[in-house]
Amino acid sequence: MLDYVRSNRREVIAGLVLILLLTLYLSTHPRGASTYVLTIWANQCLILGLAAVAQFFAVVVRGIDLSVGAIMALTNSLASHLLDGGVAGITLGILVVLAAGALCGLINGLVVVYGRIQPIVVTLATASIFAGLALLLRPTPGGAINYDLADVMTLDLLGVPTALIITGLLIFAFWLPFRRTGLGLGLYALGSSEQAAFQSGLNTYLLRIAAFTFAGLFAGLAGLYYSFVTTTGDAGIGPGFTLNSIAAVVLGGVLLRGGVGSLIGALAGAYILKTIAALMFFSGIPSLAQPLFEGLILATAIAIGGADVLRARNKLEIFGK
Amino acid sequence: MTRQIPLDALMPYLGAIILILAGSTFFPQILTAGYLTQQLQIAAFLGLLATGATIVILLGQIDLSVPWVLTGAAILSTALVGSGNAVLSVLAIPAALIFGALIGLINGFGVAVLRIPSMVWTLAMNSMLLGLAVLNTGGFNPKGEASGLMVMMASGDLFGLPVSFLIWMMVSLGLAYILTRTPFGRYLRSIGFNEKATYLSGVSTRSVVFIAFALAGMCSALGGVMLAGYANQAYQSMGDPFLLPTIAAVVIGGTSILGGRGGLFGTIGGALFITLLTSILSVMQIGDAWRSIIFGLIILVMLLFQTLRKGARS
Amino acid sequence: MQDRQPPLLEMQGISMHFGATKALQDVDFTCRTGEIHAVLGENGAGKSTLMKLIAGVLQPTSGRICLDGEEVSLGSPKDAVDRGLVCMFQELSLVPDLSVRENLLLGAREAGLGWLRADSLRAAEEVLDRIGGEGIRLATRVSDLTLPARQQVEIAKAIMRRPRLLILDEATSALNASVVEKVFDLVRAQRDSGTSVLFISHRFHEIEALADRISVFRSGQRVETFKQGDHSYDEIINMMVGQRIEELFPPKPPSSEAAEELLKIDNFSWGDQVRNVSLTIDKGQIVGLGGLDGQGQNAFLMGIFGLLRGSSGSITIGGDTMSISSPKDAKQPEIGLALIPEDRKTEGLILDQSILENLELAALGRDDLEATNPDLYAETLDQLELKHGGLDQPVSSLSGGNQQKVVLAKWLALKPRCLLLADPTRGIDVKTKTQIYMILRQLADQGTAILLLSTDYEELIHLCDETHIFYGGRLVASLSGKALTAQNIIAATLNMRDAAELAHA
Repeated sequence: MLDYVRSNRREVIAGLVLILLLTLYLSTHPRGASTYVLTIWANQCLILGLAAVAQFFAVVVRGIDLSVGAIMALTNSLASHLLDGGVAGITLGILVVLAAGALCGLINGLVVVYGRIQPIVVTLATASIFAGLALLLRPTPGGAINYDLADVMTLDLLGVPTALIITGLLIFAFWLPFRRTGLGLGLYALGSSEQAAFQSGLNTYLLRIAAFTFAGLFAGLAGLYYSFVTTTGDAGIGPGFTLNSIAAVVLGGVLLRGGVGSLIGALAGAYILKTIAALMFFSGIPSLAQPLFEGLILATAIAIGGADVLRARNKLEIFGK
Repeated sequence: MTRQIPLDALMPYLGAIILILAGSTFFPQILTAGYLTQQLQIAAFLGLLATGATIVILLGQIDLSVPWVLTGAAILSTALVGSGNAVLSVLAIPAALIFGALIGLINGFGVAVLRIPSMVWTLAMNSMLLGLAVLNTGGFNPKGEASGLMVMMASGDLFGLPVSFLIWMMVSLGLAYILTRTPFGRYLRSIGFNEKATYLSGVSTRSVVFIAFALAGMCSALGGVMLAGYANQAYQSMGDPFLLPTIAAVVIGGTSILGGRGGLFGTIGGALFITLLTSILSVMQIGDAWRSIIFGLIILVMLLFQTLRKGARS
Repeated sequence: MQDRQPPLLEMQGISMHFGATKALQDVDFTCRTGEIHAVLGENGAGKSTLMKLIAGVLQPTSGRICLDGEEVSLGSPKDAVDRGLVCMFQELSLVPDLSVRENLLLGAREAGLGWLRADSLRAAEEVLDRIGGEGIRLATRVSDLTLPARQQVEIAKAIMRRPRLLILDEATSALNASVVEKVFDLVRAQRDSGTSVLFISHRFHEIEALADRISVFRSGQRVETFKQGDHSYDEIINMMVGQRIEELFPPKPPSSEAAEELLKIDNFSWGDQVRNVSLTIDKGQIVGLGGLDGQGQNAFLMGIFGLLRGSSGSITIGGDTMSISSPKDAKQPEIGLALIPEDRKTEGLILDQSILENLELAALGRDDLEATNPDLYAETLDQLELKHGGLDQPVSSLSGGNQQKVVLAKWLALKPRCLLLADPTRGIDVKTKTQIYMILRQLADQGTAILLLSTDYEELIHLCDETHIFYGGRLVASLSGKALTAQNIIAATLNMRDAAELAHA
């Protein structure tokens, strides 16, 4: 256990900060810790959480995905066309939406690997393409999502917000087992040391493409969940989510140099960001000052994370690899 | 240090010529002096931002605070002019530049001293500046106006060329001299390739990072001042549409996003190319959606060309 | 040993070209089943390239590789491992951010992208126990392990993969003698159960202890293969370089009493890694620093060059007490230090830049030097006979030895009063070594004080006027004159109080 805490120090800290913030939020909220309050909160958190997970998959292999927001916009626009009507149609629609997300990610991965171009540049360009496609599908916000489905996904089950159940499933049914597969560990290996990964006999091309495909898939999930929460399609949601997803993974202890961090951390980072925003809303800080405070808190959190470096006693250590 | 211009840096120029020729077969007005000088005028805004971005990218870092440094500088300068006080009006441009340099120094502090990845730290700076601007202006468009000098810098003509273009070229030449002829320029590239080895060679790498970010901040601020002059006002989020085209201009100009390799000559071409591309797509009355798609595709194709050439060489 | 069955590994007419460099030329090489085959050669002789071909990391430009008499193509490390060709690389192949357990899981031979089974972990743990790694916890992150522990894990990982051919490329370089002995027992046991072993080492006594047959490589060709014992040490060195060991080192001048003290370090301490180290270096003196890896000698060298925070003690240069807080301070003329760092590829050079740009980088910050004038470096480069196709060529196009010459020339242009070197000849061919020894002695003759950290006993004995040995952060022995012998150095590195004890053992 101690070993676990030590090697997952960052996630543990992020988790504790989140619990603290959430307690603060619930205690200051005028309506208290009700299912209703929790549900609204969890829904907002999960959208960014999924986006952060998408970003995590790119970052863990020492990449970055600037198209997360654009893929969300594209899948959200697509969902606003496909997720209405009969059960069969909706099921198919969900599959198409997720496949579209994964396909976007696959394209990113293929261009990164075979085009030998840096991920940041590739996704900068593909983001423009995906955002354009979203705009084609949904020139102005609109469309509809099946209300019953949206309700099931965004309300609660026996008092537990569905968004939290989904979060739990994500961690326990997907992430923890995934972390024990060759694919899961391989992604870390690739991000940590590409040479070591290659010499250990891993297929680095395949792994990198897989990482970006996962990023696309989760961005698609984020877009889908966004659709459930808002029940409309909007092609313009991209840019904010991309930047926030990066901030979220960093807050959650995922290192941009790759190989360090976890999906749990990425989720925690996203939840922290959203909780801060929610807290702000009821905090009595003038609403005009809230963006500044959010920025200050983000910068402070990041700076504290970076303060380790000031303790480095060997000046060469700060240069990293 | 004599170096021949790498082929990568010529690519955007070639692309720009192709754009003009291809565009003019459909729209002959593209080949008029009026249209082309107007492009030079507009390209200067993007070009100045990309000049600053090139310096930071050569260092192996990135500056995502460009949008709100630009906006902040625009708000600051127009507010000073709008105050009606003659002294403050004169100080508008220097104050904006100092503002840019100051933000650059804070960026440099996070990157060089706290060792926070620039992508995250400058992003946080950007959101703080946004917050400051919102707090300061109450979320409405800021009051104030551009001074005559600012308008002249953005829209004036001199010897038949746009003043903004001339300013861009002067800044580029000055910085190109610094990048290629001074130790600072050498250190900058060396850090971009290998910071540790540079430090061990007895270089104060911290001060290089500080100066680089400060220069980039000043470029963004100058861009903001001139854009305010162009629009005769500052407005919220005026910088947001510039961030990605700025990075694209640098990268298309052959500067490696990993640092060390590249230069300002390519960036000038990159800014011209992207400005032309945007303009011609809008002349062709292509909708926003398709413009965005074509824009992304063409950037990808240009980058793939760079890779192909490298592949052919090795 | 005459056998009907074909040898395990047979390579025929192998050539490997990297651009214009021919790393291997038309090499035939055979490794029989169940033998320990040592591969010798200076760096750049092509042995690492050969190993990389067998491990599937590189593919040959031409030639055939046969396993059990059948031609195979090894397209990736995975192909090689699937066929039982397992390499323990000199550059470690462990993933630093994963735990030991995760590394072993990922390294298992049957590991794919799916669920990883823990079956093979037991085998790995057994190996770890056998080679003195029982203290290594599987939950520890690899980056938190010491270098020797990492090598032990590497060995466990390799054996766990059930090799038919095991390649050990400098596999024991960081391990101490008692662990090395355990590793050798393990390797012998592997051989006895039918595994073939290819063994690369620069420590000659290890090869004597282990090898059945020896192949010597020189400049990309196999010179000869023979049974262990057929040739003497001197003959083998001759084969490798065509030179005798005594000829490598320039003669030492008689020690002069009158020499002026240049660098004086008093009570230097840094945490628990360096404790109260004091030493002096005279003008014209070459002083060696030895010891096992990580005993504080590297940290000490970094400390002098201003790389450590929170160190204590005083540094006096030419009579003046100096405070040195960065390399930039250290290179200023009034201090006049230069450091040739340990890793020339990541610390000494900027591989993407040209030779000239690398040369200029240190001198640029000195106002009294005209850094952009190539004449500043010409003398040193001539003396070291740098082979290059133009100073504007990328420094990465040079061989390791020539790269090190560039690092030296870059710093010597500053005319340092005191030159610090961290293992400057590691992984460098013998000819370059000789040239470096010559120039160091020449510099000393001209009055430069030289502090040389080395892992090579021969250097500490034959090149240095005085050698200090570190153990546990302390300076445990200072040897000079007649006392500067291999026995005494070895005894001191193991911190045996009475050196004579070992000599008679």
